[in-house]
Amino acid sequence: MKPSPTGPMLIRRRLLQGSAALALARALPSLAAPELPDIPLLTQLLAGRTPRWERLRLELPALADNGLAVPMKLTMPGPFAPGPTVQAIHLFSEKNPVPDMAVFEFPVPVEKIEIDSRVRLAGSQKVVAVAVMSDAALYAAAAEVVVTLAACLDGS
Amino acid sequence: MADSRITVPPEARRGEPFEVRISIRHPMETGYRTNESGEHVVRNVIRRFACRYNGTAVFAVRVTSGIAANPYFRFFLTARESGALDFEWVDDAGVRGEARAELKVV
Amino acid sequence: MLRWPIALAAAAALSSPVALAQQRALPLDALRSGFEFAGADVRAMQADDVANPGFLWVERGEKSWRDAGGGKSCASCHGDAAASMRGVAVHYPAFDRTAGEIIDLEARINACRVRHQGAKPLERESDELLALTAYVAYQSRGMPITANIDGPARATFERGRAFYTTRHGQMNLSCAQCHEGNWGKRLYAETISQGHGNAFPAYRLEWQTLGSLQRRIRACLFGVRAEMPSPGAPELTDVELYLAWRAQGLPLETPGVRR
Repeated sequence: MKPSPTGPMLIRRRLLQGSAALALARALPSLAAPELPDIPLLTQLLAGRTPRWERLRLELPALADNGLAVPMKLTMPGPFAPGPTVQAIHLFSEKNPVPDMAVFEFPVPVEKIEIDSRVRLAGSQKVVAVAVMSDAALYAAAAEVVVTLAACLDGS
Repeated sequence: MADSRITVPPEARRGEPFEVRISIRHPMETGYRTNESGEHVVRNVIRRFACRYNGTAVFAVRVTSGIAANPYFRFFLTARESGALDFEWVDDAGVRGEARAELKVV
Repeated sequence: MLRWPIALAAAAALSSPVALAQQRALPLDALRSGFEFAGADVRAMQADDVANPGFLWVERGEKSWRDAGGGKSCASCHGDAAASMRGVAVHYPAFDRTAGEIIDLEARINACRVRHQGAKPLERESDELLALTAYVAYQSRGMPITANIDGPARATFERGRAFYTTRHGQMNLSCAQCHEGNWGKRLYAETISQGHGNAFPAYRLEWQTLGSLQRRIRACLFGVRAEMPSPGAPELTDVELYLAWRAQGLPLETPGVRR
């Protein structure tokens, strides 16, 4: 009997099966302790450390309307001060030609970490976020996004 | 055209977070496209966006072509004293953009 | 024996205004804006006036409205656009007596520039023209589309309808086949809309910028592998008028966001 797929393979199969439902689905929640995609800049940032896959939340739609502008939300619940505060949040792309998408920097600590922006994704892939704390601790979150081509080519 | 739109709340309460939203007009040209004549379009993206609160740097973004055209950022700052929020950005061509919002803290 | 008189009577009946209404492939109460076919994220983007990039052009248009730029500003004749331009965009394309033909809103803005402001016409799809068009159209946001197809507009309307129902391009598809025969069905990962233009100029994610309804029509023609008419070509205005008739009653959404 063929073993049922697990982990990322199961996710991928479910995404393909449920693409119509996905159009209505809200963001896929951050994957818990997933297999990290091979992104050299990410590996460099981690420098051998293991991030904690909790607290930091990365939200992206499971199925993007268009890869050129995909809404992205980063949140991390506090409290922070007087303990370690967020210094920077790095965003990495698995498949884009430029894997380091953005770094959000907080030179002065803030209590509410919530960032919205729009990213470009060159095809279906994983996106990884890493929060670097003032005590050098790392928190990570990842999301997988399906990006399709437009139904009709547009040469206008 | 360094057009941008900023919103901050009409009032912020001291010590509490307040929302900042900014939308900037910029094509964020990736450098991977060719134009109608088949010529390569040179990369030109905003590479850095920074926010100062009464002169103190409080938020910044190292931006790449991974951020969509006409960038939009929504983030939170902690209210301290009334004053000004100054936003600055610079692109690969060295063109700078700036904007300012007044902030009232109660 | 009675066939010819019946055929003639039928032809006469079909060209009357009442009959024209009966010929709507999409009845007025079944009209649905492209907004309803867009994904949740696109809808959210349109609904938020700060996240909606179209407002960058609307604001730019507001500045241009007041800017005399060497000649006369729009404001010098029209004053506050919120008052003077309210209800204007929903009547376009419209008949222009001086030009003697049906023109769209972009052409009307350019006509004003040339005739009354001592300015040169702006190029189609230029940010400047898009900004002014979006700003003027925005003043009618929420109002129902109400283009007039009577009198001098009738010929333009008929040409627009003929274009819409004719097959185009290598794919040999007519607009009607997708947007009337197959709206609501899936095409690759998208849902086919009814093809209304009530949100234009719109920020199309695929364009990464704001674009006009004419651009959207040209894009569709490219999609079926037809040669695109040049921006400003008369057949595009014909189709714009036909689209306005098709969308009668739908609220204007400019600046819209579409995928």
